[in-house]
Amino acid sequence: MCTTTGFIIETVIKLLVILLVFSALAGFATYIERKVLAFMQRRLGPMNVGPYGILQVLADGIKLFSKEDIVPQNSVKPIFKIAPIIAAASAFTAMAAIPFLPEFTIFGHTVQPIVADINVGVLYVLGVMAIGMYAPLLAGMASSNKWSLLGAARTVIQFLSFEVVTGLSIIAPLMMVGSLSLIDINDYQAGGMQNWLIWSQPIAFILFLLSGYAETNRTPFDLLEHEAEIVSGYATEYSGMRWGLFFIGEYANMFTVAFLVSIIFLGGYNPWGFIPGGIAILLKVSFFIFLFLWVRAAWPHVRPDQLMWLFWKVLMPIAVVNILITGLLLM
Amino acid sequence: MFEAIAFYLFAIVTVAMFLIVVFSKNALYAMSALAGGMIFIAAFFFMLDADFMGVVQIIVYGGAVMALYAFGMMFFDTTRDVKENIKDKRIIYTLGTLSFILIVVIMSAPFISDHIKALYPSLPGVGNPQMVGYVLFTKYLVPFEVAAVMLLVAMIAGIILVSKKMDQSITTMPEVDKKIEAEEFDIKDAK
Repeated sequence: MCTTTGFIIETVIKLLVILLVFSALAGFATYIERKVLAFMQRRLGPMNVGPYGILQVLADGIKLFSKEDIVPQNSVKPIFKIAPIIAAASAFTAMAAIPFLPEFTIFGHTVQPIVADINVGVLYVLGVMAIGMYAPLLAGMASSNKWSLLGAARTVIQFLSFEVVTGLSIIAPLMMVGSLSLIDINDYQAGGMQNWLIWSQPIAFILFLLSGYAETNRTPFDLLEHEAEIVSGYATEYSGMRWGLFFIGEYANMFTVAFLVSIIFLGGYNPWGFIPGGIAILLKVSFFIFLFLWVRAAWPHVRPDQLMWLFWKVLMPIAVVNILITGLLLM
Repeated sequence: MFEAIAFYLFAIVTVAMFLIVVFSKNALYAMSALAGGMIFIAAFFFMLDADFMGVVQIIVYGGAVMALYAFGMMFFDTTRDVKENIKDKRIIYTLGTLSFILIVVIMSAPFISDHIKALYPSLPGVGNPQMVGYVLFTKYLVPFEVAAVMLLVAMIAGIILVSKKMDQSITTMPEVDKKIEAEEFDIKDAK
């Protein structure tokens, strides 16, 4: 019984830490995003609240919390209220199977920084993250607003496009590793930079990264809330903290994708030269978060038909050929 | 203890979700409850240590119900109740009750007569996904391949059915413009 109690307490602490850390990081990432975009566009970005505008996050948070909560009269109210919760909940649920850091010891107690080490980790994370696409879909369909409905229709298109490429691109590296557990994938790449899967699977890496951008609704695939075309897409009718939950979900998903790419293709939390493993993975994740922002500053949006063309006619055949070649080489 | 709590919790939630699917008149409620119920079913697979099946349940049904939403979007105003045109309620209730009893009997018969046993018990030291692979590619190879071929046939048939004029854009077709103009003209006439 004592071990069970200990296990429960440990799991609850892990859950709380993940929830708090990534909620805070989501807020902080908005500040970083505005700063990076500003520097790339030769502006200053937020400057007035605190030194270099660093307290802007707090100001935004106060604004979001104290804003009037509007539910449109003709909307389907229960679904309208559930949708933002799905966005945040699925994003954090997906994190349950990600090993964030290497094992470490605290007060003589070995901690594995993963909530649930299930042996189908990769599939679980991808599946639950994909469920997050229900949030914009339900939001758009429940708002009874034409722009929102267009956003919902685009959600379906996007979901049906990226889901195939995500699955097919990840198969090739998984065939080499022979396991679906993220810890096994990480251990497979132990022993230095030359063992990283990106060198043997560069095509899978690019495909997975592209579908990760579509999965998190980031530019160039952010057609769900394309300001210039459909006002704000699915989020048009949302305000205050309900909108904030969508936002937290999106940023939490960005971190999930960054962690996934780092673990699957870039050696995860193995020591990188003289850099210890824990810091190595944080460096990789920071780079991918920066890449998300960099791409947003540098690339235009795509149209829905271009998205479908890209994923179904270009990326999917490449992914299939990649699996075929990997299979032939492994034989 | 935890298993019992989890089982009854998810059992109640799943049944509630599917009841909403059947009894709700709003297409959006029904579809959302269907998606929720499908995902809650995954919990039972996780409780049975069938992790792979649980995750596949989430991925496959998540995508399938999403396609259902697309149809709902096309054919209904999902924010309004659907007007159901039921001629005779007695037939529906009788058939519903009969099929319910039939399914319960079929599913519970093996448990009651104690004739249920695992044909391919999982080997010690072999993970759940590996075990699924072994059984699928040895014992059930032929049905698996046949299912794959049938899916391929269905996909090709679907592509052929919708692929007329797929290489052209509807917005650049003059005859479509003329048709729309003619329809608008008719509507004006009617007014």
